[in-house]
Amino acid sequence: MPLLRVRDLAVEFRTQQGVARAVDGISFDLHAGETLGLVGESGCGKTVTGLALLGLIPSPPGHIAGGSIEFMGKELVGLDDAQMRAIRGRDISMIFQEPMTALNPVFRIGSQMGDVLRLHQGLSRKQARTAAIEMLAKVGIPEPAQRIDNYPHELSGGMRQRVMIAMALSCGPQLLVADEPTTALDVTTQAQVLEQIAKLQKEFGMAMILVTHDLGVVAETCQRALVMYCGRIVEDSPVTELYATPRHPYTAGLLASIPRLRNERISELPVIPGMVPDVLHLPAGCSFADRCSKVQAICRTSAPLLKKLPGREAHVACYDPN
Amino acid sequence: MWRVMTQTDDNSMQPPLLDVRGLKKYFAVRGGWFGRVRAQVRALDGVSFTLHHGKTLGLVGESGCGKSTLGRALLHLQPPTAGEVLLNGVSIGANRRQLLLEERRQMQIIFQDPFASLSPRRTVAQIIREPLDIHNIGTAASRRGRVEELLSIVGMRTNALNRYPHEFSGGQRQRIGIARALALDPQFIVADEPVSALDVSVQSQVLNLISKLQRERGIAFLFISHDLAVIQHVSDEVGVMYLGKIVEQAPAADIYRAPRHPYTQALLSAIPVPDPQHKSRRIILRGDVPSPLNPPPGCAFHTRCPVAIERCRHIQPELKPAMAGSTHRVACHLAD
Repeated sequence: MPLLRVRDLAVEFRTQQGVARAVDGISFDLHAGETLGLVGESGCGKTVTGLALLGLIPSPPGHIAGGSIEFMGKELVGLDDAQMRAIRGRDISMIFQEPMTALNPVFRIGSQMGDVLRLHQGLSRKQARTAAIEMLAKVGIPEPAQRIDNYPHELSGGMRQRVMIAMALSCGPQLLVADEPTTALDVTTQAQVLEQIAKLQKEFGMAMILVTHDLGVVAETCQRALVMYCGRIVEDSPVTELYATPRHPYTAGLLASIPRLRNERISELPVIPGMVPDVLHLPAGCSFADRCSKVQAICRTSAPLLKKLPGREAHVACYDPN
Repeated sequence: MWRVMTQTDDNSMQPPLLDVRGLKKYFAVRGGWFGRVRAQVRALDGVSFTLHHGKTLGLVGESGCGKSTLGRALLHLQPPTAGEVLLNGVSIGANRRQLLLEERRQMQIIFQDPFASLSPRRTVAQIIREPLDIHNIGTAASRRGRVEELLSIVGMRTNALNRYPHEFSGGQRQRIGIARALALDPQFIVADEPVSALDVSVQSQVLNLISKLQRERGIAFLFISHDLAVIQHVSDEVGVMYLGKIVEQAPAADIYRAPRHPYTQALLSAIPVPDPQHKSRRIILRGDVPSPLNPPPGCAFHTRCPVAIERCRHIQPELKPAMAGSTHRVACHLAD
């Protein structure tokens, strides 16, 4: 049985211009200890998917419009706030892109970390403090016994993100949802933090969903990746296969267009023509049809379903996969 | 494809477009009674380089290294504390405001955030026309024609003219910002992280546009980015900054093939490679960038440097040619 089983999940937001279907019926499984990348460009629904798993869709204007999220055999869709709070932070944790806004600026980091431990594990203040210091040491913060009394603004960006990680992992969750955890960091700090996350993941044996736009980060940290476009999964593959032979034209275009270090300079980068359609006015059929070089008549009338390629591990939603 | 600048290059016959000498920018930290100056942040601590017509210098470094401050100090958007900027051999930014206005016709800037750099209350036509209005160029009719021409140069349709910035996506807004920067036909543009706020598929479109402008219009760029892959795509020469100083500068081909400064090496090795088969030999730097309020003595990088020796802790290395006569300059005791 998979750790997480998502089926036909749909999330909608009411806006003044109409209903935006940010996540449009996605399904995937995640097994214990696995690292799954959730990639796509802004507005593709990757962050909303992550938030939905933790029951954090801001409501109103948003709500889960359908589908199911089964975590360790338990249905999460439809749980009330109290039930969800008992799971969040203990069994499923999340870290966010911008640690400065995710941490409370007026409390010392020790007291914020302690809250989590006291709530979920019933520790006393003193025990919680000891456990928090231990966690800070684990994520590689020097002099944790002193640092625990710092306020968030006294720490650098990389350190704050480590504190977030320490807090997220303090209850030993089965699943960590990391939403662009290194995007706000510099490359050298990103390398430190990614290394630390990978080490802790192994140590805790936890599964991770890494939400990111950075295909480089996915290649280095994930075993499998879901590529999202306009609220749907267009490809679901093991990373080795995904990068070697991207099946969906969008994945192929995305991989080709990244500026990457090359042995020699090229005069023009390959591009995906056009731009992402407005989520309020998605075309009928495949959302990528207008930008796709292989578009056929059927693409414009009915959206292709995510199907397993015969003889491969890759799943792709395209009538004419590569 | 590479145009490596050497001493024999024809460009050296004429004065460089831009000659920057010992540029410094300190920010005062005030506090206590009567707002006394308590400390100085050395955002830019003695930067010198030359840039020739039609060339692009890519400037790379992590947040707080002073790369954006450099871009702004060049244009006197933030007057430098010390040092000099010569444009076509003439020192700019002498106190007279009128003169600066003249010089700014030749120097424009594209900002990182296309959401913050365009006025939300003005139409696209008004935004692009503003430089022409300020510098009083042409008649009303000719300005309108020029604005349409600029829009087509950046690959947008004229039906955008009477719309407002919020109606456009990030990539299109950045195109509008580029059109505005091109309005006065400048010789030099500072592009400060122009694609960092954009999605990958849009990034490459805007980068291609910038490459095209370089090729077809001979505009020189100072291209500021934290992304070494982006820098490689547009630059003839690359400068790496750390704590307010250039620590390595070389023709782009050289710096990517054989980086000499340990910081550049670490920076290059830290880039996640979009290829799961790639086995990276990553140099993980320990610790954080020191505060520019209180930079360490000696080489500013020694606190994180994996190969630092005793000398690095006391003596600041100078930026000098890696070998006699070389265009590859590096500031490291160990590069000799």
